[in-house]
Amino acid sequence: MQALVIAAHGSHLNPDASDPTYAHADTIRETGAFDEVREAFWKEEPHFREVVRTLEADEVFVVPLFISEGYFTEQVIPRELRLDDWDPEKWDSDGTSASQATLEADDVGKTIHYCGPVGTHDAMTDVIVQRAETAMEDPDVGEGVGLSVVGHGTERNENSAKAIEYHSERIRDRDRFDEVEALFMDEEPEVDDVTDYFESDDIVVVPLFIADGYHTQEDIPEDMGLTEDYRLGWDVPAEVDGHRIWYTGAVGTEALMADVVLERATDAGADIGDARETVRDLAGSVADADHEPSAGTGAGD
Amino acid sequence: MTISSDDLETLLERASDGISFDGLRIAETDGDYSLETPDNEWHGLDEAALRETLETCEEYVTNWRYWQETVGGEGTARRAFLRWCEHAPLPDADEHTTEGLAVPTRYDALRNGIDRQWGQLSITVRFVDVDDPDGERVYDLWHVDDADSDLVDLEVYDDPRDARDIATYDEDGRYRPLKTAPTLVSGWAFTGLSGAELVETIGFLYPATIANWHRELRGNLDIDHWTETAERQTGIYDVIDELPREAVDWMAEACCVDSQCLRRREWEYDEDDDLDVDGGDGPFPCREPCSLVVAAARKWAILESEEEHTYELELTTSELNQLEELIDAVAEGRTDEIREADVYDGANRYRARYLRAKRVGEGGLEATQVDE
Repeated sequence: MQALVIAAHGSHLNPDASDPTYAHADTIRETGAFDEVREAFWKEEPHFREVVRTLEADEVFVVPLFISEGYFTEQVIPRELRLDDWDPEKWDSDGTSASQATLEADDVGKTIHYCGPVGTHDAMTDVIVQRAETAMEDPDVGEGVGLSVVGHGTERNENSAKAIEYHSERIRDRDRFDEVEALFMDEEPEVDDVTDYFESDDIVVVPLFIADGYHTQEDIPEDMGLTEDYRLGWDVPAEVDGHRIWYTGAVGTEALMADVVLERATDAGADIGDARETVRDLAGSVADADHEPSAGTGAGD
Repeated sequence: MTISSDDLETLLERASDGISFDGLRIAETDGDYSLETPDNEWHGLDEAALRETLETCEEYVTNWRYWQETVGGEGTARRAFLRWCEHAPLPDADEHTTEGLAVPTRYDALRNGIDRQWGQLSITVRFVDVDDPDGERVYDLWHVDDADSDLVDLEVYDDPRDARDIATYDEDGRYRPLKTAPTLVSGWAFTGLSGAELVETIGFLYPATIANWHRELRGNLDIDHWTETAERQTGIYDVIDELPREAVDWMAEACCVDSQCLRRREWEYDEDDDLDVDGGDGPFPCREPCSLVVAAARKWAILESEEEHTYELELTTSELNQLEELIDAVAEGRTDEIREADVYDGANRYRARYLRAKRVGEGGLEATQVDE
């Protein structure tokens, strides 16, 4: 038996923070690739601390639904899962290349494959591009369009920016969009000045965040000048300084994220059959059917 | 009642290895079978005779099939919980080995449905086919407050995942970050769940409670006391191990009581150092401070690091009493219950506004620090 645990942050204050986690877990449940699929959280229940004991499987794949390698993936999650032999060195990562580490959780007698976060997996690049497609309702989006990948950024952890820059570089290498720029909330170059960094009339902005909340639904739209007050919502596209900005919120809500979770587990040795094809089909249909171009329901965190 | 031919075939396949389950015993030696139930025993049966005899103890056969083939999961919390639901013996709990109902008694009860309570949940286990039971059970689940409600008056679900929405908001529409808060909304029902679906549904409503109950049952609940939990924290929660000993008592009194949480606090200040506050009578064991307590502890650790001062302020005796009433009303969450015109209650909104108008100036409460 094999189980999948999707480990996410969650929130004590915002009931929507866990929505993407549940959505991606449900998609993977539909594939039947795992005997058990469980969500686990730092701020909700089941807590990281309790989750492994709720599983019957001996083989557990833990995929952090986080953007960057850093404090949560390297310290908090392994500690709370009681992975006593964990050491960040086991990932042998430069900040974006963590794959997995196999550890024994002695207290529960299970083998835990602790995977790198979804945000730094190569497949995440495709999700960002798909987000641009859904935002602009154009599966061929690229020509004449600038793409900005937006991250939180923080002086405290250099890995936070690395993930954003990594995917921006990969998308740039594809020569699909006219321009690709990595921008940040809390460090230079800043998303406030988004139009300064693009010549293209159309700019699609994809925030590399897991869930919609305070940053993606309040800070970023106001900082970019899409709206005076996030509570009033904003247009997609919105006119700013002679550019059209296409903005729809956190990439983590994109249905294709479930595919990245599966990729992480597969890289760690999970046997998932043709689940990835199923998820890609599901994600495609969701992207077509459920696209809502307007946004602006501030949630707060 | 009938035994399906599949059930018989499966049973015969297993019989050569020996069967001993819930009072049913079958053994085979060189083609000779022996069969025992608590009421009867037969020896020297050939296969045909065994088949014939098994037809006379069909309850034991279908019971065996349900638990060993449908439910499976020997030693798991899921199986133990489903057996608890129908008062079956729990073999993995030493002290409970002799408890539990025998098969015929359970079968009689399952025709009408057996009710169990799990926190604010009411669970009924019953036969799928009451008139001609084949041993297959299904489970219904609803709020204890709806025990006497008609199904037509409830929102009926059959997908465990729907439980997530039910658990998210209280009856006033506020987010419930603590799933074991005694504020689960009523007005819904899950019907006809399989055992696995029941466990999954409860996993969404009360995460990990079944796993922890099972550990406690087997005497291996792993408890992390306050000091272990506090010392393990890093980042912004690193400070919580500085919370004074007596403040941990106040915290437990504030958060970890029956009125706030259905869990019964099993963790103490330290292994040999109990908190003064009782852990409560909640049905679910709480094995370490939860993330809400950890988050609140951070705030209190910061507040408790402040120095105390002596202040002087003018209050009438009634105003001093009113401060107590205000604190009490907020702490007990009863501000919404105080009637608009009930000016006899110190926490009445107009009374509070009057006090503010009289005693709280632009710079805040008119108090003077006198110990400088």
